[in-house]
Amino acid sequence: MTAGSSAAAIETEGLVKTYGDKRAVDGIDLVIPQGMVYGVLGPNGAGKTTFVKMLATLLRPDGGQARVFGRDVVREADEVRARVSLTGQYASLDEDLTGAENLVLLGRLLGHGKKAARERAAQMLQAFVLTEAADRQVKTYSGGMRRRLDIAASILNTPDLLFLDEPTTGLDPRSRNQVWEIVRAIVGQGTTVLLTTQYLDEADQLASRIAVIDSGKVIAEGTKGELKASVGAGSVHLRLRDAAQRPDAERVLELCLDGMPVQLDPDPFALTARVGAGADGSGAAELASRALAELARAHIAVDTFSLGQPSLDEVFLALTGDGAGSGRSVQEAMA
Amino acid sequence: MSTATKTEDRSDGPAGVSTESLTALLVAPAGKRPRAGAAAASTAFGWRAMLKIKHVPEQLFDVTAMPIMFVLMFTYLFGGALAGSTEEYIQFLLPGILVMSIIMTTMYTGISINVDIAKGVFDRFKTLPIWRPAPMVGYLLGDMLRYTVAAAVILTVGLILGFRPDGGPVGVLAGVALLLVFSFAFSWVWTMFGLLLRTEKTVMGVSMMVIFPLSFLSNVFVDPKTMPGWLQAFVNNSPVTHLCEAVRGLMAGGRPSADIAWTLGWAGLLLLVFGPVTMRLYARR
Repeated sequence: MTAGSSAAAIETEGLVKTYGDKRAVDGIDLVIPQGMVYGVLGPNGAGKTTFVKMLATLLRPDGGQARVFGRDVVREADEVRARVSLTGQYASLDEDLTGAENLVLLGRLLGHGKKAARERAAQMLQAFVLTEAADRQVKTYSGGMRRRLDIAASILNTPDLLFLDEPTTGLDPRSRNQVWEIVRAIVGQGTTVLLTTQYLDEADQLASRIAVIDSGKVIAEGTKGELKASVGAGSVHLRLRDAAQRPDAERVLELCLDGMPVQLDPDPFALTARVGAGADGSGAAELASRALAELARAHIAVDTFSLGQPSLDEVFLALTGDGAGSGRSVQEAMA
Repeated sequence: MSTATKTEDRSDGPAGVSTESLTALLVAPAGKRPRAGAAAASTAFGWRAMLKIKHVPEQLFDVTAMPIMFVLMFTYLFGGALAGSTEEYIQFLLPGILVMSIIMTTMYTGISINVDIAKGVFDRFKTLPIWRPAPMVGYLLGDMLRYTVAAAVILTVGLILGFRPDGGPVGVLAGVALLLVFSFAFSWVWTMFGLLLRTEKTVMGVSMMVIFPLSFLSNVFVDPKTMPGWLQAFVNNSPVTHLCEAVRGLMAGGRPSADIAWTLGWAGLLLLVFGPVTMRLYARR
């Protein structure tokens, strides 16, 4: 490989995977640098998992190429496997075995002796606060515990590149925060992390660079700041006391928010508006509070009000000009 | 160290995961990483199979209760009619029923692989830098234990019912060993079906269609001389017949060299054909 390729953790050129006539991954070109958390953001069915599985040597690409640390994922799969680890969307654990047995098994498969594997497993269980559950079958674990054990299994031998496929989907906020802490500790030690997520919030919290993908294609790539600037600073979400006042509220908002689009939510009491383009977000708060004052003056009673980052839906709206088709199930990024 | 004394997930605080201890663990050891060799990886997967038996002991039902049922059923059903008495018949039948029970049990390998591979754990195994067939070989090593249990159960029941092998312990053990070697090779047929077929039920159905004719159309129950010519042609060339004849011979204290050679030849052929096919399917799955 060329000298330049050694600096990148992952390089893909025109990567394609098809299932029947559906192109799950449709020509992805990306260069992912080492030593950072790289976020791959997209709705369900965007092709994130397929993309990651090809890079982790689980799926064979139908077109294009992918190199991990300069090694081809098809021809040099074993060299790639020696340096990467995958925590899939569904826990890759043996449910019949206990937590400790799962880790000892992996330790032995990774070439540790019986004693060393046991020691390493015990240390991991302690670091991940699973010591108490060590001798229980994994099928009795909660979602958060499974996820922690799964990540522990992935870093049993510190990998150079860790794939985390939607690591917090389905977790409660506390478990999600724990996973975030773990990811920060991992990248802090020099491991490159490729993280897929459907939550803009999560990408924002963890990733240095983000690629947004939809229908198997990269539709935006850049730093967090660049991505956000392309979408606007944030959005206000309002719920009115009286649904009949919604058209009035819509007019007021359009006036005070300098003609930014106002969206009527499925809930007849609610509406959402994008606010300002100030990259730092300070302008957005001012605009939003002015809008609130105007609503009060127009005698429109507001039940709840929130100002937040744009949701993934809105990112897609801004990037593609139409809503993400499968974005319905995407949870609003945050309040 | 932080609060490691909590049992419920919800009870550990937001700072439950200790970042410092995690960071200490992540410092990669200097020098090259260890790698597991083919034997070490296969043994580790064999250990996994043992652990599964330990946690789900019900799965030993097919190698304990079933064979007992077989021995009792066929001894008393056919004994009087075929050999004049059950004591006479069991001398002939027991090695055969041993072969049949274990050959039938091999079928469950395909089913458990099919169930197992549908779960996420194989994704992890596949991303490990290990010898590719290790998970399959590990499975079969675990199964060897199950077959040994089955053989012990059948021989015990047989001895109680009056089975007196002239070959003594050495002959009996040699017979069992040959049976295990053949079973290991034959199991690759089932690993193939386990990977090829989509659901557990189809694996079961197809396996039954293969195993029933193969085990009944043999010399397990009766001497093939009474069968019509076309059937004799099949029965006399079936690997199960050769295996059964070899095991019977060994347990009776004889040296059935030809049948042993045929059995090992079949075992080698099955392994050479179905082993690579299994691995191709595994890589695609």
